[in-house]
Amino acid sequence: MIDKASKTLLEVRELRATVNGVEILKGLDFTVKSGEVHAIMGPNGSGKSTFAKVLAGHTAYEVTAGSVRFEGKNLFELAPEERARAGVFLAFQYPIEIPGVANSQFLRLTYNTMQAQRGQEELDPLEFDDFVREKMKLLDISPDFLGRNVNEGFSGGEKKRNEILQMALLDPRLAILDETDSGLDIDALRIVSQGVNQLANRENAIVLVTHYQRLLNYIVPDFVHVMEAGRIVKTGDKSLALELETRGYDWVAAERQAAAVVA
Amino acid sequence: MSTVRPIQRPAKGYLETMLAGQSQLRAIPLAWINALRAQALGRLDVLTVPTLRDEEWRFTDLSPLIKLSFQPVRSATDLRAADIEQFDLEEARTRLVFVDGVYAPHLSSTLTDGGVMVANLSAADTAQAATIEPHLGRHAAFGDNVFAALNTAFLQDVAVILVPRNVTLVAPLHLLFIATQSETASYPRCLLVAEFGSSVTLIEDYVALQDEAYFINPVTEIALADRAQVKHIRVQRDSVKAFHLADCAVSLGRSSNYQSVSVALGAQISRYNLSVLLAEGAECVVDGLALIAGGQLADTHTSIDHAQPNGASRQLHKCIVGGSAHAVFNGKVIVRPGAQRTDSNQSSRNLLLTGKAHVDTKPQLEIFADDVKCAHGATIGQLDSEEVFYLKSRGLSDSVARNLLTYAFGAEIIERIPVASLKHRLELKMLEQTGSLP
Repeated sequence: MIDKASKTLLEVRELRATVNGVEILKGLDFTVKSGEVHAIMGPNGSGKSTFAKVLAGHTAYEVTAGSVRFEGKNLFELAPEERARAGVFLAFQYPIEIPGVANSQFLRLTYNTMQAQRGQEELDPLEFDDFVREKMKLLDISPDFLGRNVNEGFSGGEKKRNEILQMALLDPRLAILDETDSGLDIDALRIVSQGVNQLANRENAIVLVTHYQRLLNYIVPDFVHVMEAGRIVKTGDKSLALELETRGYDWVAAERQAAAVVA
Repeated sequence: MSTVRPIQRPAKGYLETMLAGQSQLRAIPLAWINALRAQALGRLDVLTVPTLRDEEWRFTDLSPLIKLSFQPVRSATDLRAADIEQFDLEEARTRLVFVDGVYAPHLSSTLTDGGVMVANLSAADTAQAATIEPHLGRHAAFGDNVFAALNTAFLQDVAVILVPRNVTLVAPLHLLFIATQSETASYPRCLLVAEFGSSVTLIEDYVALQDEAYFINPVTEIALADRAQVKHIRVQRDSVKAFHLADCAVSLGRSSNYQSVSVALGAQISRYNLSVLLAEGAECVVDGLALIAGGQLADTHTSIDHAQPNGASRQLHKCIVGGSAHAVFNGKVIVRPGAQRTDSNQSSRNLLLTGKAHVDTKPQLEIFADDVKCAHGATIGQLDSEEVFYLKSRGLSDSVARNLLTYAFGAEIIERIPVASLKHRLELKMLEQTGSLP
């Protein structure tokens, strides 16, 4: 929802980043205000996932120029865990499996870390169990998630649901969902989307990184951006996603070239 | 061609000193035990303490040990049940306790019921002694093994477990070896005979009341008759100043099943030799974890010998090494001629937490049959940076993330322990240890 009273959460200016010396992000501009849902689409290799990981602070990516401010703070001065505690959440495209650690233990540890950050009370295992089960009911997640090891042996859909459960527990200001829809069947897509919709509110914002328009049938974006060669090259409303679905990405590039010729 | 080794005087002197108290051992009414001791003494005349030049010991330097020649305790430490409450395992109703190697009847609860024997050797009646004789000292060969010979020369108290045909013992049996006195030597001995179709879970638990230096030299023999099932959990949580040199020999009858989890946490220098011999259709799962830091050395040598066809073995051995510690794993899998359709899988995985930590791992396959399925692999590495990033992206600090992943690496082995209270105890111990590892 676009709201006049909304505040700027994320402000990305002229961002450039490299991985192994190869420049992937090439002067990216992007602004997100509270209450908004953004979708970033674009062909493979356009830099969508790189952008998501740079925001979360992955060390494999080197930022070479530009700035990112999150709620006015310089994001690059914060370590990944500090960004998370400040309210930036990345739902991973490929969530990591951690054999040997029970999901319940992991979820409680992360939740309590965040509670401590907010100056709020940490929960003991019993209290947390009640709390997390409520959240799981909301997201239609099977209670057996708690007893299993973190993502170990989870199906693709279960891993993505576990990401959304973490998002529900951590209650971020800015959630970046990196291809959360990939590998999901229609039922799982619907459940995950409902979960995300329930978590969206006036105070936070959601950035969906996706290949497919179909996710946007369930989570309706306020803005759709097309990313190409490390930059946002076109921004529109949700109808842009439909157009991309039918026409592909090539026309966006063609349109830009035409515009460049005219100029 | 034979290699002539120079006679190692200092090591020889070490053995002589170690054996000083041997002549004072009580003679045992069983003549064959006294004969075993004498045989072992005979071998000790010939054998020497291994050095780095011995292939089987090339990573484990025993020179700190041979400077110290410790004697068995002169007078037993007076312990009460309350002193060792911390080691109680609620599932185990039968427990044999040995204090500095000496059987402590007042702390033990034996089991003699319907042919079952879980008691010290001295309690064996004639029939039981006749069952014990063909096994004790027959599986753990001491002819070429100086430490097995040393243990056998001091054979006195023995934890004996006899499980008759088709008997299933549901509750685990707990053997608790407690070290209390510094600068002493102890020679724990254990024999488990599982008859046809029987089933039992054995916990071998080495603990210390203080952080003292001592020498502990256990030998365990486990014989599974056809179709027997044994679960064997071995926990070495000795003092970090201790020397722990152990042998375990397991013999599997046809279609029997042996599953073991061994965990090494303590000792300045520890060595565990596990040899498993499989008859036709026998199966074993042999898992291990060494979690060490500081200047510790933990050496595990295993040999899984498929002597007959249709056997299966699985092995996962993990080492977590911090500080300037040193872990050694040597895992031999032998498939004898004729041991067709053997299915064997061995994996050695190692986690180095510091630049000074060190691992030597050597999987060794020796296959002499052609229709077999054998796989093995070894990895040595640091924590996966993607995993660390995942946890940090959830707000966990770098050190919490690393500790959690280190814990998880070891927990994969601890989880396989089928005794809940012990598993929980070790999980806590591991949390404590991974939290404090650099």
